[in-house]
Amino acid sequence: MSGSGGGGGNPLAVLASHFVLLSLVAIGGANVVIPDIHRFVVEGQGWMSGPEFAQLYAIAQAAPGPNVIVVTLIGWQVAGFAGALVATAAMTGPTCLLTYGVSCVWGRFRDKPWRKVVQAGLVPLTVGLVLATSYILTRASDHNLAGYALTAATASVLVMTRLNPLWMLAAGAVLGLLGVV
Amino acid sequence: MPPAPSSSSAATTATASSSATVAAMTAEPCEAVTVAALFLAFLKMGLSGFGGVLPWARRGLVEERRWLTEQEFAETLSLCQFLPGPNIVNVSIHVGARFQGPLGSLAAVCGLMLAPCAIVIGLGVLYSRYGQIGPVRDAIGGVSAAAAGLVVAMGIKMVKPVLRRPVAIMFCAAAFVAVGLLQWPLVLVLLVLAPLGVAAAFAEAAWERRRRTAAEQGRVAQ
Repeated sequence: MSGSGGGGGNPLAVLASHFVLLSLVAIGGANVVIPDIHRFVVEGQGWMSGPEFAQLYAIAQAAPGPNVIVVTLIGWQVAGFAGALVATAAMTGPTCLLTYGVSCVWGRFRDKPWRKVVQAGLVPLTVGLVLATSYILTRASDHNLAGYALTAATASVLVMTRLNPLWMLAAGAVLGLLGVV
Repeated sequence: MPPAPSSSSAATTATASSSATVAAMTAEPCEAVTVAALFLAFLKMGLSGFGGVLPWARRGLVEERRWLTEQEFAETLSLCQFLPGPNIVNVSIHVGARFQGPLGSLAAVCGLMLAPCAIVIGLGVLYSRYGQIGPVRDAIGGVSAAAAGLVVAMGIKMVKPVLRRPVAIMFCAAAFVAVGLLQWPLVLVLLVLAPLGVAAAFAEAAWERRRRTAAEQGRVAQ
């Protein structure tokens, strides 16, 4: 853990520096940085395959808690327990400090019109990035028509109903077990 | 112009369930919110939230504990979406800071994160031990196809308000193409798109203001 600040080849140091950088542009939360994490750990570093990445994402979704724990799991896969700690700390630490700092001065700009305008400028980017995440995960996880059909069916059910998403994940597990997808 | 933000947020409050509105009106900081209470409250929210904790945060903070009014929660959320980082983690920091300063933030964020991190690492251990066994691998493969669908659904729900503004559609599409299709590095893409997007929003707001003043002057002239 304490050696995480080592040389450039150290996976912990590489993870930490990349995730700190990503966390600072993660406007909209963990789901907007998924495409870049995929690019980095699958294609850049070769730490895992595309399907493995999609499976880790699925496991994190099936666990309770903030979406950002997907980063914990990816860190764990890359470098074990220390990787999980470093990835989580890098992804949440700097933004926690920033939020704390801004909380203290929030009253001063809360009602300023420019705040709403800045937000209106950033929201479309967040949405585009969430769409990019859905594209990357669909590509990484689905290898046949039945897989794409399951992804599409899950999406439609969740857009049109208020069903708990865990039911769809369970349905996915059953269909996978039966060899359908 | 000044009354617009408050009236619009009041409208959001009004559209929330009526029981929540009643709760918001009667909410008062009746007892001191201790560091331990912050830890336990966020622990419970973290463990309840499957596929996102925010709805549980609203329920826990506004309806159950009445630490925040509906209005205060909406404002907290709007701050936390404005800042980088996971929204719910930012909410825990902000709420903790409000009641107990730095120690409160620390307690809230630890309560939120510790148990889910431990659980997900436990699942990771199981995955690396059994993940390659045929049936387990097939099942997780199915789950990952469904999990991709969860994000598709989230994207579809989020894209609706964007479709009302042509400029917003352009930036949304640019972010999708650059990061999703071309897989360019996110940091570089946002270094270019974020300032442009904000500048476009300012131009749009200025244009909207001028159009409204012109319309008003037209009415006055009649």
